[in-house]
Amino acid sequence: MNLKKWLLPTVYILFLMLPIYWLLNMSFKTTNEILGGFSLYPENFTLENYIVIFTDPTWYNGYLNSLLYVAMNTVISVSVALPAAYAFSRYRFLGDKHLFFWLLTNRMAPPAVFALPFFQLYSAVELFDTHLAVALAHCLFNIPLAVWILEGFMSSVPKELDETAFLDGYSFPRFFIRIFIPTIAAGIGVAMFFAFMYSWVELLLAKTLTSVAAKPIAATMTRTASTAGYQLGLLAAAGTLTIVPGAFVIYFVRNYIAKGFAMGRV
Amino acid sequence: MSKTTNQKAWIFVIPVIVLVAFNALIPLMTVVNYSVQETFGSNVFFWEGVKWFEQVLNSSRFHESFLRQIFFTGTILAIEIPLGIAVALSMPKKGPWVSVCLVLMALPLLIPWNVVGAMWNIFALPDIGLLGRMINGMGIDYNFTQQPVAAWMTTIAMDVWHWTSLVVLLAYAGLCSIPDAYYQAAKIDGASAWAVFRHIQLPKMKRVLTIAILLRFMDSFMIYTEPFVLTGGGPGNTTTFLSIDLVKIALGQFDLGPAAAMSLIYFFIVLLVCWVFYTLMMRDEAE
Repeated sequence: MNLKKWLLPTVYILFLMLPIYWLLNMSFKTTNEILGGFSLYPENFTLENYIVIFTDPTWYNGYLNSLLYVAMNTVISVSVALPAAYAFSRYRFLGDKHLFFWLLTNRMAPPAVFALPFFQLYSAVELFDTHLAVALAHCLFNIPLAVWILEGFMSSVPKELDETAFLDGYSFPRFFIRIFIPTIAAGIGVAMFFAFMYSWVELLLAKTLTSVAAKPIAATMTRTASTAGYQLGLLAAAGTLTIVPGAFVIYFVRNYIAKGFAMGRV
Repeated sequence: MSKTTNQKAWIFVIPVIVLVAFNALIPLMTVVNYSVQETFGSNVFFWEGVKWFEQVLNSSRFHESFLRQIFFTGTILAIEIPLGIAVALSMPKKGPWVSVCLVLMALPLLIPWNVVGAMWNIFALPDIGLLGRMINGMGIDYNFTQQPVAAWMTTIAMDVWHWTSLVVLLAYAGLCSIPDAYYQAAKIDGASAWAVFRHIQLPKMKRVLTIAILLRFMDSFMIYTEPFVLTGGGPGNTTTFLSIDLVKIALGQFDLGPAAAMSLIYFFIVLLVCWVFYTLMMRDEAE
């Protein structure tokens, strides 16, 4: 019985790890070895691909650009979503339900629909090829998601908490920052995690809104792949490195995922 | 929870509205604008009415990519939701392995979408990929760059690999919220594992599963980058889903009118399905 229970998660995780292992395997090979033959592990182990990435500014700037706009987006999304989620969870106001659904519809808009108009809009306001442009564009789907998640967490906090604090003479801003935010810290962690996640993985808009100065790592990869021939080893190394920030963030919020998800809309 | 009516709550919502409206309304108006006009370049536009909408709705190309999209979304939902529930049910409830499982399972969710496509490309290539070698080694002729069926299978396997963990995480969170007392009561009643699932676990997971289905529907219906990098929509047009087709028309051929009309139809379909889900979910929540 116990063994049977372990079997499925183990097989599932193995299935998840295989493609990642293959990417890792290729990143330690030279392109010649990759194209030359098939081997389950690198025979001539090399760090050359990683050295190229860490010494060539066009490569490592891609990472810095991505991390910068993702961080900006996470901060903007969660900080504007906090008061809005509070309003949705505590008050009834004119048009609240319609507004909430309208916000969610933006999470549903296919980025492909908006790629061209976004390019024109951000060129017109002279933000094209800046980190801020990508950070703001990703707000389109990250703010609605953050509001949705935070609203769920806030609704599970009893309203008595607010009322007691106001009776004790707390002003609203003081209550919100000193008491309410620490209470829903797990929810904020989960919201930030999702904002990070969707901003980090999105490419279509990020690529459309940048050319040189703010180019994301994912776009650097596609261009290098097409102009300099298919340098598979280099591509695999760059791909492997894009997994690292994600792994780090998951590790950081791992307790929040388990506890956090359960506290949200469950 | 009872809410108090307070119109001042609008002030809290304004920053969100401004930021989202900037990103949503202006581009949407641009799309609407294109969808009813014809241009021959140099910013000269002519009013065309609903011509583009009729053209898109009647084109067999749109019908085909729409059907492909439906089939793809249906297939991945049919695989990911049951698989996600099954994995969540058999995951350990406490102990050090919980964190290990969660971290490893969440990993695919954090990989940029084009890297997912590239990773599966080199994983499935028949000559240098592990998966391609394995399948061919079993005596099955497999080459996803040339065989439509193989391309479909690979795309679906990629999506299952990529997104099942989202269902697992949500279902697991739902399961964790079930108090031990429920299980003890079931044990006293001598309930079977199936009865426990049907009457305790499934009802408790209902809300998170609705969210999981909603998210998976939206994201799979908008899928672009992963299949584009993996198969480029090919071989031929066999894995050209709606978004890939749309980008081909808009940026490849620069047919702005038809592309805009298609965008609006596309958006409307997603909206309609999500509205149904949302209404169901809210009705549930009100109970």
